[in-house]
Amino acid sequence: MDFWAWLILITKVLAVFLLFAIGAMPLVLLERWILGRMQSRYGPHRVGWRGTLQTAADGLKLGIKEDMIPGESDKGVYWFAPVMMVMPALAAWAIVPFGPEVEMGRTIGLWIADLNVGILFFLAMGSLGVYGVVMSGWSSNSKYAHLGALRSSAQVISYELVMGLAVLAVIIYAGSLSLIDIVNAQAGLWFIVPQLIGFLLFVIAAVAETNRAPFDLPEAESELVAGFHVEYSGMRWAFFFMAEYANMLLMSAIVATLFLGGWRGWTIPGLEALTGVIWFLLKCSVFMFGFFLLRATQPRFRYDQLMNFCWKILIPIGVVNLLIAAGLRMAWS
Amino acid sequence: MADNLETTVAFWYLAIAAVGAGALMLVARNPVHSAISLVIVIFHVAGLFVILGAGFLAVAQIAIYAGAIVVLFLFTLMMLDMRRLPEERVTHRQIWLGIPLGILLAIEGVVVSVGTPEISASIKGAFPPATVSELGGSTQALAVALFNEFTLPFLGASVLLTAATIGAIVLARRVEAHEQADFPQAASGSNTNDTAAQADAAEPALEESAR
Repeated sequence: MDFWAWLILITKVLAVFLLFAIGAMPLVLLERWILGRMQSRYGPHRVGWRGTLQTAADGLKLGIKEDMIPGESDKGVYWFAPVMMVMPALAAWAIVPFGPEVEMGRTIGLWIADLNVGILFFLAMGSLGVYGVVMSGWSSNSKYAHLGALRSSAQVISYELVMGLAVLAVIIYAGSLSLIDIVNAQAGLWFIVPQLIGFLLFVIAAVAETNRAPFDLPEAESELVAGFHVEYSGMRWAFFFMAEYANMLLMSAIVATLFLGGWRGWTIPGLEALTGVIWFLLKCSVFMFGFFLLRATQPRFRYDQLMNFCWKILIPIGVVNLLIAAGLRMAWS
Repeated sequence: MADNLETTVAFWYLAIAAVGAGALMLVARNPVHSAISLVIVIFHVAGLFVILGAGFLAVAQIAIYAGAIVVLFLFTLMMLDMRRLPEERVTHRQIWLGIPLGILLAIEGVVVSVGTPEISASIKGAFPPATVSELGGSTQALAVALFNEFTLPFLGASVLLTAATIGAIVLARRVEAHEQADFPQAASGSNTNDTAAQADAAEPALEESAR
């Protein structure tokens, strides 16, 4: 790699990181506004113009809060758990394609890395997210955190299988593990059409993986207060919060890439890159809105219902769907 | 992969970190710390696979070993609530067996690293880089090997794993029936058969707490 290749790579990484770090703040505000509107109340409206500075104020509050560490907790693991929560959520962004290739002196793809095992990398990073849960729950030296971590990790591990089955069906259609190839394979037809069942499975699993309503048992603010991260406060707690939003964004991006053709859509000749990025962000925001809508409208699952739903309904459907997809692919080619 | 500066630096970092974390795993007196060190080892070995151009193996290693197996270890350890092992000597009498075996392994390593070209040429069914790129990548090469030459062992391993899973379910159920006989009022609403792996992980913990 020459100097320019390094520079381009570092710029891309910084751009994606900043997009996430800055992008999470308006998203939190947007969610609270939308939730407020859906529940016939104002939402944040005091700090700044119509509450625009609410997230900044909350961030400041978290920043100057006392950093509590529970007695007899395992300090090292306690310290590292929030990092372990955010790290995989950020690392998985490396393979998300934001747009097509652009010509600027040299050909630059609007993605950080085109791994030939891209989608598996995403699944691997997703499966690492559970370490943050287990480590924080165990190291807090608190029964509530402990129970919350057990509950949450069982949920995440179970729904990972559903997600894997849905992704496998897409891989069978695309014939490649690279996300770029998967997007290009959807040039004619978005995979949501042949894989509607896979799409629904993936979306359900994505909501469960990110611990959002109606699968938000790990948090369950109205009855349990919180789960694995109950002992965390201040900036450490903010890390869990950031990880949740990073994961929501990531899941939206992956759903858009796998099932809705990624950056593909109608383009203006000469502006393919720009329209591509706009299409991609538009598709992502549809799913982000879906996350908010679910939270505002859906009641929470009971724990046994959650597990039965996964193992007795979703996984059998996923296996049958995979078999049908493989059969169709064999007949087709 | 080409021998350049980046690869060399990455190799030495990954190799030293993997060995260091491995040593940490062995000497840690807290089982959860051992499990976390094991995850670090798995991570760095995955990095070594990436350097070797085996991306699929690297990702599969993280997804399966770090993402599934060690998580289940941690799950069990959390249930057992083993905070610390008693302070004892790290090494025991096995050290007299360990030293000769370690020396043997070191010699093996030297032989392999010195004689690499001859050895890799002598392995039957090996995929030289040219064949790999012809097939379209290491993932494809792995698929070709797995589903052509090694189909039977692959299927055999699958059957074995299925048998192990079913066995775990059967064992878990038997204990549940026994508990139901002992405590009839605690029999309702149990969902331990939800997942074989989960039941497997939870099983020793249940037994432990019953004592």
